[in-house]
This record gives sequence, structure tokens and C-alpha cells, in this order.
Amino acid sequence: MERIPILLVGEFLLVSIQVDLHDRLALALQDDLTTEVVKVRAKGVLIDISSLEIVDSFIGRVLGNIAALTAMLGANAVVVGMRPAVAITIVELGLDLSCLRTAINVDQGMAMLRLLLRPVASQGSDESAEK
Amino acid sequence: MNPPRSETLPLRSDEDLVRVRQAVRAWMVEQNFNLVEQTKMVTAASELGRNALVYGGGGSARLESPVDGGHGGIRVTFEDHGPGIADIAQALSNGFSTGGGLGLGLGGAKRLVKDFEIFSEPGQGTRVIITIRK
Ligand SMILES: Nc1ncnc2c1ncn2[C@@H]1O[C@H](COP(=O)(O)OP(=O)(O)OP(=O)(O)O)[C@@H](O)[C@H]1O
Ligand SMILES: [Mg+2]
Repeated sequence: MERIPILLVGEFLLVSIQVDLHDRLALALQDDLTTEVVKVRAKGVLIDISSLEIVDSFIGRVLGNIAALTAMLGANAVVVGMRPAVAITIVELGLDLSCLRTAINVDQGMAMLRLLLRPVASQGSDESAEK
Repeated sequence: MNPPRSETLPLRSDEDLVRVRQAVRAWMVEQNFNLVEQTKMVTAASELGRNALVYGGGGSARLESPVDGGHGGIRVTFEDHGPGIADIAQALSNGFSTGGGLGLGLGGAKRLVKDFEIFSEPGQGTRVIITIRK
């Protein structure tokens, strides 16, 4: 079976879903990402769904699983690029994805992952500690 | 006005489900339904097609246009010959699942496509029809 490629960018894993995501493929991605997070000791996972035309209950559940699994393995997950029509549909479907961390695009998602890695003391207004 | 047409697609595998989604999308695009309408119809089709696959042991999806002698619109009928649904109201309610799912598919599809009909008889199978009019 085909697999969705997972890229290592610095200490983060990057996945861009560019194919029609059938159910087995979604489950394979969930397994592959979980394995890869441990293997490369990734600190974060970024999933770009800007090419996904729908998110139904199954795909939504898989995205939620990925977030929960990566959290259990000490990494953060961010989902980026959800289309407005997809967001509207998800709400009407009744799917609660509020457990997902989301960002507008890959750049912002990466920035979010980096921010999440900063020690708590240096987060917020205290910029001088970092410089 | 477009001539009447129909297309019946099998639902026996995950790949079949993707093909049904693609066909519904293509018909919606052809009739100039907007992006939100397209997305709702395709998402509802995905839920109903998966149910036919998972609970109905496979089945088919039939696309038809126009609907009721109108000038357009799309009707999709999902049919399987599985165990059927004994309590339809319960199956439609949010959170009810016998398969470890979220229990959102059936009720969610009805919320997404208001014109929704379901017929099911224990031991006979299930038929769900969703329609969007022009
Ligand atoms: N075609 C069908 N044949 C037999 N039973 C069905 C069929 N479709 C739905 N059901 C029953 O209705 C229940 C609710 O379906 P629904 O699609 O809402 O939730 P689900 O498939 O269990 O989970 P989800 O769709 O959220 O992943 C199913 O668990 C199943 O028991
Ligand atoms: Mg379902």
C-alpha cells in the first residue's frame, strides 16, 4: 500500500496530506507518525491538511488520535491549513476537534511548535531571556 | 437542461468509498454548487458510504440527476443488504455506535443534507437517500 511521506525538519516531523485519504491510509499514517516520533525523538508533529477536501468522522477521529498519541510521547501536534468549507462542515457534522491545536499555515504552525518548546519561564512578555 | 443520467458505483473497499466521494464532488462541481454545499454533500456521502461498507457488509451508491423532473439537483442512494437497523431513531442520535465509532455519521449526514430519507428493515438491509436541489 502507498504511504504518506513523513519529513523530518529540524526536530519536527512534517506531513502534508496530498492524496485522497482513504481509511486504511489514514490509519497507516497514524501508526507511521507514532513510530517515527519515537524513532527520531521528534519534539513536534505538523500536519498540513490544506489539500484535504473533506474531514469526516473517521478522518477527524484519526487526527484526534494522532494528537493524543504524540502528546503521550512527549511531542506536540499542530494541524494546519484547514479549508473554511471543511471547518463549516465539521461543525455541522457535530465533530468536536477542539482538542486539536491548529494554525493557519505551515509557517505559523512551525512557529507555534517552536514556541511550545520554549521553557515556561521564558514564555510570554520576557523576551530578553532568549536574546 | 442536462439529459437525465445516473451512475451506480460499488462500495466494497476503502478505495471504492474514495471513488464515490470523487463522483459526488464531480457532479456537484458540474452543477455549480458552491464550495460549502459541495463539501457538505461529499462529507455526508462519505459517512453513509462508510456505514454501508462497515455495517452493511458492502453495497452501492447510485447518483442521479435531475431530481423529480426538475432542472438539476443530485440524489445519491446508498444501499446495502446487511443486517439493517432495528431502531433508526437511536442510530440517528449523536454518540450511538455499535462499532466503536463516534456515532456521528448518520445523524451528522442528516444535519449536513436536510433532504434525507432512511429505510431499514432488520435482516433486509438499509437504504439512505440524500438529495440536493437546484
Ligand atoms: N448501513 C447500516 N447497516 C446497519 N447498521 C447501521 C448502518 N448504518 C448505521 N448503522 C448503525 O447505526 C449506528 C450509528 O451510525 P453512525 O454512522 O451514526 O455512527 P458510527 O458509524 O458508529 O460512528 P461514526 O460514523 O461516527 O464513525 C452504527 O454504529 C450502526 O450500529
Ligand atoms: Mg458511521
